[in-house]
Amino acid sequence: MILHPSIIALYLSSFISLALLLYSCSFAAVILRKWDIGSGSELQLSLERRTYLISVILSYLFFFQLLSLFLFIYTADNLHNLFSGAMCAAGTLNVNQYGYPVLVLKIVNFILAGTWLIINRIDIVAHDYPLIKKKYSLLLFITPFMAAETALQTSYFTGLNADVITSCCGSLFSSDATSITSEIASFPSLQAKTVFYISMVLTFGSGIFLYYKNRGGFLFSILSLLSFVISVSALISFISLYYYELPTHHCPFCILQSEYGYAGYYLYLTLLCGVVTGAGAGIAGSFSSIGSLAQRIPVIQKRLILVCLSSYGLFVLIVTLKMIFSDFILEGY
Amino acid sequence: MNSRLEVQRNILDFTLSSLLRRKAKNSILILVFTLVVFMLASIIFFTNAVKREAVAVLKNSPDMVVQRLSAGRHDLIPSEYIGTIKEMKGVVSVKGRHWGYYFEPAASANFTLVVPEDGGEDGKIVTGKGVSRTMRAGEGDILPLKSYKGEWVVLAIKGVLKSDSELVSSDLIEISEKDFRKLFGISQDSFTDIAVTVKNPKETLTIAKKIKESFPDTRPILRSEVLRTYDSLFNWRSGLLLLIAAGAVFAFIIFAFDRASGLSAEERREIGILKAIGWETSDVIAFKFWEGSVISLSSFMAGIILAYFHVFFAYAPLFEPVLKGWAVLYPEFRLVPFIDPFQIATLFFLTVLPYTAATIIPSWRSAVVDPDRIMRSQ
Repeated sequence: MILHPSIIALYLSSFISLALLLYSCSFAAVILRKWDIGSGSELQLSLERRTYLISVILSYLFFFQLLSLFLFIYTADNLHNLFSGAMCAAGTLNVNQYGYPVLVLKIVNFILAGTWLIINRIDIVAHDYPLIKKKYSLLLFITPFMAAETALQTSYFTGLNADVITSCCGSLFSSDATSITSEIASFPSLQAKTVFYISMVLTFGSGIFLYYKNRGGFLFSILSLLSFVISVSALISFISLYYYELPTHHCPFCILQSEYGYAGYYLYLTLLCGVVTGAGAGIAGSFSSIGSLAQRIPVIQKRLILVCLSSYGLFVLIVTLKMIFSDFILEGY
Repeated sequence: MNSRLEVQRNILDFTLSSLLRRKAKNSILILVFTLVVFMLASIIFFTNAVKREAVAVLKNSPDMVVQRLSAGRHDLIPSEYIGTIKEMKGVVSVKGRHWGYYFEPAASANFTLVVPEDGGEDGKIVTGKGVSRTMRAGEGDILPLKSYKGEWVVLAIKGVLKSDSELVSSDLIEISEKDFRKLFGISQDSFTDIAVTVKNPKETLTIAKKIKESFPDTRPILRSEVLRTYDSLFNWRSGLLLLIAAGAVFAFIIFAFDRASGLSAEERREIGILKAIGWETSDVIAFKFWEGSVISLSSFMAGIILAYFHVFFAYAPLFEPVLKGWAVLYPEFRLVPFIDPFQIATLFFLTVLPYTAATIIPSWRSAVVDPDRIMRSQ
C-alpha cells in the first residue's frame, strides 16, 4: 500500500461517486415500481422532484469519472519509479492483476455514464418522461460496474508494494511476447492503417447517411463503437510510433507525457467524445417511435452525429497530419 | 445554442450579484475553503519540490554503493574486495570511500566527514555553510576535532563550500584521508564503503548479484533503489500529513453541508420569488451550480496561489520540520518552483469534489421548494 496523495484522491472520488450512485439507486428502485405519470399523488410528485436531483448527481459523476480516468493513468505513470522494471504507466498497471481491469472499467463506466446523460437529455425534453423506466433501469445496470471499479481500484492500490519487479512497457508492448496488446503491436502497419481508415470512412458514411436519410441509427452506433476500439488499437499499433519516432515503442501511455506535448490527452478526449455521442445517436434513433419524442429526436440525433463526426474527424486530422509531417518513416522498416 | 449560453450567462450574473449581496456570510465560507486548499496545496507542492531536489542531487551519485554488513550492521569494508569487484566485466571503476559522522558537543550537532576523491590536503579542511555557521568559523580559522583517543586534531579551514549545493553540503567537512584515519582510528586496509560505476545501466543489477555472490557479507545498494526509497518516503510523509489534514477537510465539508442546507429565510424567499416569476427548477439548480462553482473555484485558486507563495517564497515554515525531517544543521535551501497539472488535479479531487458532493443534495432541496409554501409561511 502506497500512501500517495493522488491515490488518496482517487479513493475519495471513487467512494464519493459510489455513495452518490447508491443513493440514486434507492430512488431508481422506487421509480421503477411506483412511477405513474397520470397520478397526482404525493409520492409521484416527490419522485418527479427527485429526478432533477438524480440528473444533477449523474452529470457531476460523469465529469468526475472523466477526470478520474486521466488522474488514474497519470498516477500510474507517476508511480512507475517505485517499481523496478516499470518505465511508465504500462509497467505500473502490470504490477498486479487489477491494474488493467480498473483502467478498462473506468473507460466502460465513462461511456455508460455518458450514454445515460444522453438518454436523460432526451427524456427531459418530452413533457411526459417517456424514457423514465429505461433510464432508471440503465442506472441500476451501471451501479454494479461502478462498484466493481471501486472494489478493483481498492485492491489494486492496496496490492501495490514498491519494489516488485515488473515488466516494463518495453517488453509488455514489444512485438515478441504473445498477448493481445503485443498482437496489436505486431500487426503490419500498412494493414493497420487500411483498417483504421476504412473504419473511419464507414463511420462517416453511415453518419452522413443517418443525418440526411434518418435511417441506420443502429449501424452507426455499432460502427462508432468499432471505430473507437480500432482507433485505440491503431494508437498502439502505429500512431504512437509517429509520436515517439521509434519503430519499436508501442506504449499507449507515454504519449500522455509532457515530452510529447500531452498529445495523448486530446487524442483520447476526441475518441471518448466520439464514442459516447456516436453510441448516443443510435440509441436516440431507437426512441423516435415514441409519440411525444417524434418531433424532437431527429434534431437531437443530428446534433449528436455532428459532435461524433467532428470528434472523430479531428482525431483523424491530427493523426494524419502527424503522419504526413513527421520525419519518421514507418514503412521503411 | 447562443440563446442557451445567454441564459447561463444571465444566471451567472444573477449568482454573482446574489453572492455579493451576502458578502459577510459567503466570505467566511470562501475564507475557510481557501485555508483548507492552502494547507493541502502546501503539503503537495512542498513534497514534490523536495522530491525533485533529491532526484537532482542523486543524479551524480555512484551507480552502486557496496557496504559490508557485520551482525546486520554496516561495518568497514576490507580493501581487498576492491580488486575482485574491479575484475568483473562491465565495471568501469571501483573506489573505496571514507566518510563518517562526528558529533560536536559545542554545537550539539552531527557533522558529516568525507574524504574527497583527490584525497585532500593534510591538516586542511573544507566545510559546508552549515558547519561554518554553527561553529562561527570561516576561511583561515581553525577547527579542532577530538579523535577517538580523546586527543585534539587541529585542522585549518581552507575554504567554505558554495551555497548552491547546500542541500547536500550543509553539514559536510572535507578532510584528508590521513586525518580521517587519525581521527577515527581506521586502519590502512579498510574503507567505509565502495562506490562502483557500471558502463551499461542495464547490467547494474547483474553486477550487484555477482558482488553479492562473491561476497555474501556485502550489501550492494543501487542508485535507483535510493531514489525509490526517497520517493516512497516523501510519498508516505505527504500522505500521512494529508490524512491528518483530512480531519480539517471533513470538518469543512460538514460546515459547507450545514451552510448549504440551512438556508436563511431571506434566501428561501429569494428562491420562492424566482420560482414564482417563472424560473424553473432546472434554472434554480443552474443558479446553485454557478454559486458552488464561483465559491469553490475562487477559493481553490486563491488557496493554490497562497500555497505557492508559502512554499516557494517563504519556504513552507508551517510544514517544513515534518516534511523534511529533522536535524540541527539543516540546510537552508531554495526550492525550485515547480507545479504540474497532476498536482492541481489531485488537489481538485481532494477539495472541490467533496465540497461539490456535500452540496448537491442541499442545493437540490432548496431548488425544488414550492414557491406557494414559502410565500405563505412569510
